[in-house]
Amino acid sequence: MSITRDDTLNWVKAIAGVINEKSTYLTELDAAIGDADHGANMDRGFKAVMNKLPEISDKDIGTIFKTVGMTLISTVGGAGGPLYGTFFLQVGMKTAGKMELSLTDWTDALEAALNGVVMRGKAELGDKTMVDALTPAVAALKQSISESQPIHKALELSAEAAKKGMEGTVPLVARKGRASYLGERSAGHQDPGATSSFLILKTAADTWKDIPA
Amino acid sequence: MKKLINKPEDVVREELEGIVYAHSDLVKVCYEPNYIVRADAPIMGKVGVISGGGSGHEPMHGGFVGMGMLDAACPGAVFTSPTPDQMLEATKAANGGAGVLHIVKNYTGDIMNFEMAAELGRAEGIEVEAVVTDDDVAVKDSLYTAGRRGVGVTVLAEKLCGAAAEEKRSLKDVADVCRKAKDWGRSMGMALTSCTVPHVGKPTFDLPEDEMEIGIGIHGEPGRTRMPLKSADEIVEMLMEPILSDLPYKEGDNVLLFVNGMGGTPLIELYIIFRKAYQIAEKHGIKVVRNLIGPYITSLEMAGTSITMLKLDDDMIKLWDAPVKTPALRWGV
Repeated sequence: MSITRDDTLNWVKAIAGVINEKSTYLTELDAAIGDADHGANMDRGFKAVMNKLPEISDKDIGTIFKTVGMTLISTVGGAGGPLYGTFFLQVGMKTAGKMELSLTDWTDALEAALNGVVMRGKAELGDKTMVDALTPAVAALKQSISESQPIHKALELSAEAAKKGMEGTVPLVARKGRASYLGERSAGHQDPGATSSFLILKTAADTWKDIPA
Repeated sequence: MKKLINKPEDVVREELEGIVYAHSDLVKVCYEPNYIVRADAPIMGKVGVISGGGSGHEPMHGGFVGMGMLDAACPGAVFTSPTPDQMLEATKAANGGAGVLHIVKNYTGDIMNFEMAAELGRAEGIEVEAVVTDDDVAVKDSLYTAGRRGVGVTVLAEKLCGAAAEEKRSLKDVADVCRKAKDWGRSMGMALTSCTVPHVGKPTFDLPEDEMEIGIGIHGEPGRTRMPLKSADEIVEMLMEPILSDLPYKEGDNVLLFVNGMGGTPLIELYIIFRKAYQIAEKHGIKVVRNLIGPYITSLEMAGTSITMLKLDDDMIKLWDAPVKTPALRWGV
């Protein structure tokens, strides 16, 4: 079975809810090693996305994701705007014209999103950024394909991998982003970008858990 | 939180409304996307000089829009980089056909948003150059990190580039002035208190009454080291040593010495800081030929200071002395 257009719309709406609910938490993580704006910025962006959704809810999946990306770019600001904007633009380009997605489509889209984020932010694995959550999530999806896992199981495993990646940022010394200005003092804190990336993928697993195998 | 605001989400908008009431002879304000532009822009045949960044650093950048300095400025949310659509509109509004220089402070968000805006501007046929300021010696520079932050030199570069653009120098030449300022300027800052981002409602970090943070940036982000509070003279020595040794500045250099207030430090203290910094420069045989003292690149209500030293050649002295008429910096007119 596959992820339908309505499933993707439900995911985007669910992200807006989760980001709103976790906005203070994300901002607190950012206050420790950054500049205390990540939660508020993401919340502002996804509120704007929610306002845009009614106009595009009858469009293809690619158009929906591209609109999410463009909206985030023009409303989030900071580093999160270009990075999450690029993330959703890349997902949108990979899913252009589609009305439903197989696990392989989703994996290709997420891999393109990861590559886009790496290109825009020039971060590598281990730099204490969102790349640390996204990279293992994409790897887990690929492994699930090779093991012929059902979609809901594959999404669950990718969210678990993202969680491990996020938790793995705690001891790291930041080498990219504003946390890198702290040098050694950035160690001991969980990266807010990796955290929001995990939340977004966890929301996919939760929203799409009932997609039949 | 005690602040003179109405609602946190209205802070930037209401500030812009106040600016336009106060300075409509100098600037226009456009909303959604937000930018401040010279009232007489675009000036045909003149390079447009624009900058932008998070709000909360006032008067930078909006207070520097006007004759002899910036053509436009893009204010983001508090401590948050503005977005590419703001920068694109500001670029178009500032474009008098001779190209547009983006002066960008080295922060990951600012870099990425300005890169996207430059791509969009070029796609519309506007020649765009970007120069990134990264003068904060408190941050260890390395190929593997985001690099040094752009701080005090940004203000000085905006003045120098604005003056160069008024002389109708080419985009490359105006950008060269910016690159020289970036290469010859170094800064370091410290904080006595933290600051409170309006939508957060509590201080970004806790700083006990008897401690200070050395190597602070301009976003209330913690610095590199925390230590017991010391006297003004000792603090200046701790800030000046890494600045002097970094370039390094040499005997016989002419410099501009910029003592900046972080927002919550009174001028009386800034002059005490300037006094010691001047003495240290003189002791090293460095001539302080120009100065700037006051809160120009602030971090909301943070108490503290940053010191910026910029080596000057004759051309830069001429550009510094050239007339400027903006809300926050004004002379020679």
